[in-house]
Amino acid sequence: MAILRVKDVSKRFGGLKALTDVNLNVEENSVHAIIGPNGAGKSTLLNCLVGKLMPDTGSVLFNNNSVLGLEPFQINQMGISRVFQTPEIFGELTVMENMLIPIFAMRDGAFRMHAYETIANEREVVEQAEAMLEEMNMADKREMNAASLSRGDKRRLEIGMCLSQNPRLLLLDEPTAGMARADTNNTIDLLKQIKDERDITIAIIEHDMHVVFSLAERITVLAQGTPLVEDTPENIRGNPKVREAYLGETAA
Amino acid sequence: MDAILLQILNGLDKGSAYALIALGLTLIFGTLGVVNFAHGALFMIGAFCAVTLQKLLNLSFETLDETQKDFLGNPLKVETPYVEYWFGPEVGATIIDWSVPLAILFAIPVMLVVGYVMERGLIKHFYKRPHADQILVTFGLAIVLQEIVKYFFGANPIQTPPPDALSGSVDLGTMVGFDPNAIIYPIWRLVYFGFAVGIIGAVFSFLQFTTFGMVVRAGMADRETVGLLGINIDRRFTIMFGIAAAVAGLAGVMYGPLNPPNYHMGMDFLVLSFVVVVVGGMGSLPGAVLAGFLLGILESFASTTWATTTIPGINQIIIYLVAIIVLLTRPRGLMGRKGVMEE
Amino acid sequence: MLGLNKKDTSLLIVVALLTLFAPFILNPFPEGSAMAQFNAGYPDLMQRFVIFGIFAIGFNILFGLTGYLSFGHAAFLGVGSYSAVWMFKLLSYNVIPAIALSVVVAGLFSLLIGFVSLRRSGIYFSILTLAFAQMSFALAYSVLSNPKFNLTNGETGLQVYADDPQILQGANSPDLPHLFGLPMRATYTMDVGAWSFDFNAGYYLCAVIMMVVFYLAIRIFRSPFGMMLRAVKSNQQRMNYTGLNSKPYTLAAFVISGMYAGLAGGLMAAMDPLAGAERMQWTASGEVVLMTILGGTGTLIGPVLGAGFIKYFENIFSKINDNVLHSWFAFLPDGMEDAVVFLIHPFIGKGWHLTLGILFMLVVIYLPGGLVEGGQRLLKRLKRKKTDADDAPSGKTEPAE
Repeated sequence: MAILRVKDVSKRFGGLKALTDVNLNVEENSVHAIIGPNGAGKSTLLNCLVGKLMPDTGSVLFNNNSVLGLEPFQINQMGISRVFQTPEIFGELTVMENMLIPIFAMRDGAFRMHAYETIANEREVVEQAEAMLEEMNMADKREMNAASLSRGDKRRLEIGMCLSQNPRLLLLDEPTAGMARADTNNTIDLLKQIKDERDITIAIIEHDMHVVFSLAERITVLAQGTPLVEDTPENIRGNPKVREAYLGETAA
Repeated sequence: MDAILLQILNGLDKGSAYALIALGLTLIFGTLGVVNFAHGALFMIGAFCAVTLQKLLNLSFETLDETQKDFLGNPLKVETPYVEYWFGPEVGATIIDWSVPLAILFAIPVMLVVGYVMERGLIKHFYKRPHADQILVTFGLAIVLQEIVKYFFGANPIQTPPPDALSGSVDLGTMVGFDPNAIIYPIWRLVYFGFAVGIIGAVFSFLQFTTFGMVVRAGMADRETVGLLGINIDRRFTIMFGIAAAVAGLAGVMYGPLNPPNYHMGMDFLVLSFVVVVVGGMGSLPGAVLAGFLLGILESFASTTWATTTIPGINQIIIYLVAIIVLLTRPRGLMGRKGVMEE
Repeated sequence: MLGLNKKDTSLLIVVALLTLFAPFILNPFPEGSAMAQFNAGYPDLMQRFVIFGIFAIGFNILFGLTGYLSFGHAAFLGVGSYSAVWMFKLLSYNVIPAIALSVVVAGLFSLLIGFVSLRRSGIYFSILTLAFAQMSFALAYSVLSNPKFNLTNGETGLQVYADDPQILQGANSPDLPHLFGLPMRATYTMDVGAWSFDFNAGYYLCAVIMMVVFYLAIRIFRSPFGMMLRAVKSNQQRMNYTGLNSKPYTLAAFVISGMYAGLAGGLMAAMDPLAGAERMQWTASGEVVLMTILGGTGTLIGPVLGAGFIKYFENIFSKINDNVLHSWFAFLPDGMEDAVVFLIHPFIGKGWHLTLGILFMLVVIYLPGGLVEGGQRLLKRLKRKKTDADDAPSGKTEPAE
């Protein structure tokens, strides 16, 4: 069953057609990659999924509910978590606090006036955060300011924050962009581990073919704002159309 | 009809001041990315340039005039300004009479220097600091400048009359076919409006037709890219700040005859000018000018007896009300561009 | 204790002791001595310390935690004062209903202003709050003081007149603000040798209220809600994508700080039953900003320190005149004495605002963390010196807190 259905989505910016009739189904518990050359509309598509942009036409259904017109926080509360291209974390807060916030958000909803409680007394939340830090191998860094973490650790923390909410769908926007090879491989391992251990759907937008082919079960190739093909990695590799449109320029 | 025209005309002088200050604020904000709470103080310093020049020109020495006697029969003490002594009584008197327009020449170098010192000495260090810090430090500077002026010139407003030839009023109504006395308009207001239009025109043509202006405009649109082109932005910033300071200062110099300058006039105008910038659209120069005149005229309509009897004090709050409505309906202001000051 | 950790509890106790014994602490110099002018233990000044402390504590909940810089908080202070005086006029001189109403009205007013202003952030927000405050000032100064509808009494200021209803005012209750019969002006003076200490009922009422709201501020700082507010300051994008709606959080912080300001305004009126529009002017808003950053934005004790510091020096500086200066510098040769007095003259007496402006700039430029950070830096340096002197290998760095 498809957890995310994108139907006939189009988006224009002035005279520029960013997306034209995009149709896309992401199956539950799969890893689905969306690839395409620069300017193919990957980011625009992603922004339409998370409430940052409103498509001109078409529909986006998550779990059979429309997400169009909703604010990012509402979409998150439905079960979609997003990982950004450059890690978006709470830099001035400690690693532990970074981990607490999404858990509070999951438990208490978009707003709660818990101004008289003390964090230390919220045992359950604290324990969950500690467990998640443990899972991310960051327990020793819990009192550090998040801004002082290394780039790889920031990425781990961000992914951990998203996972702590047990999302149904995890969206990753070029999660290894600008990373050193070692960090990239660590991130791939982490994502593989997540895929194996959890009931989770992962949609990943990526430029790096190494990442895509080591993770994805389905791949959609986007070119000039419209899906070119959708298939398994093996078939995509052999597809001449894809080679021409995309792989030809970057694949070694 | 003539009443409406009169109110529009009445709004022009304040509108001109708003437009000029808002123009400078926008230039500084657009190029340097700094919110300058001391901009009103620059306007005030300009006005006090006129006051200073007037005082300098009136410096006198005393002589005893043997031909005239006071009521005790002693020779009368006569004060002769040095200017009259040097240039002869007639030329001297004319120079003193024209001290406000002459102050423009005096104010330009003063304001450029003030702007240069301010930018190099203080603002420069705040480009990379948060907006809150910029607001706070320029707010502190505004207080300091206004207190210094208060220390030297006192707390009371100081009269700076216009030249005789430009004081008094003209009957504008008769020129366009209304009844005589329908639209009596002070000449100085016309002068001020013309002056403001001249400065605005000069600033816009400078930005439009010079290479320097082109870089500045490009910088306002996209700072990082222009920085990447290897253009020395820093020096241009300094010059831009000096120009903005001069614009505010000149607006102040000529404003004196409309309202006698006092030390807190800068603060009074600053708050309203900020509102003007926000209404016009942050970062939009035409927006700043347009909103300046619009709000000035609106204020003048709200000051009519009819308006103030209907809603007492409406003239004092009309600008804020409009600003709130504009921001609620068009958050980017009248002519604001997307992506300027958005999070 | 009271749901606080050890560090916060000791902070609370220290502040409690300081406010409790303030009449002693602030009057260290004997009456009539040359140094007596540095005493600050008068009821009037002590009241201002704690009232502005409350104002700044509240402001810090907004600015320190969320980073939203409001330039219009004086409006809420003014609204609080007006509400309190109206309570005196209509009900009675009892301060409890007056203070309660000032908090409620300021809360509602800040809800309204916050709702509109918070549609924008960054400098737009600062300018919007500034515009609102100036509008409130104009409203109070002229618009709402016409014969048909006189809510503020304009320039004269709102005060209680003999023909006001005061329906609950008992025949025997004092004819000035009181707490169930205890007049706010009641002062007990204790003379110990050459020293003299004033214990004022009004001060102690303000002090107790400040303790309570300071405690509440600590709770807010340490609560999940407080953490969310810091998240607003840190990264709103991440916050929204984490399923949190930052708007109501910021609005709640705005209203809380507005209520603190209203409380401060109400207490001001309770100490002196008069409310004027000048309390709402934007320079007054600027003052609370200065107190907060001078003390240390985002720290618990900073705003209280900042408020005390500014109000103390305002008082001292306004009192010093040229004669005092001459007496201080009498030890210098005549010419130099005059020169020094001449140089200092612009900054004292009526020049306090000049000093304040310079202080403002210096703090923002050199000490953005305020007195608290300055103290921490000093402490660190002292510690380092000590370890150097002990000749210990100083490989370990001290954590900031």
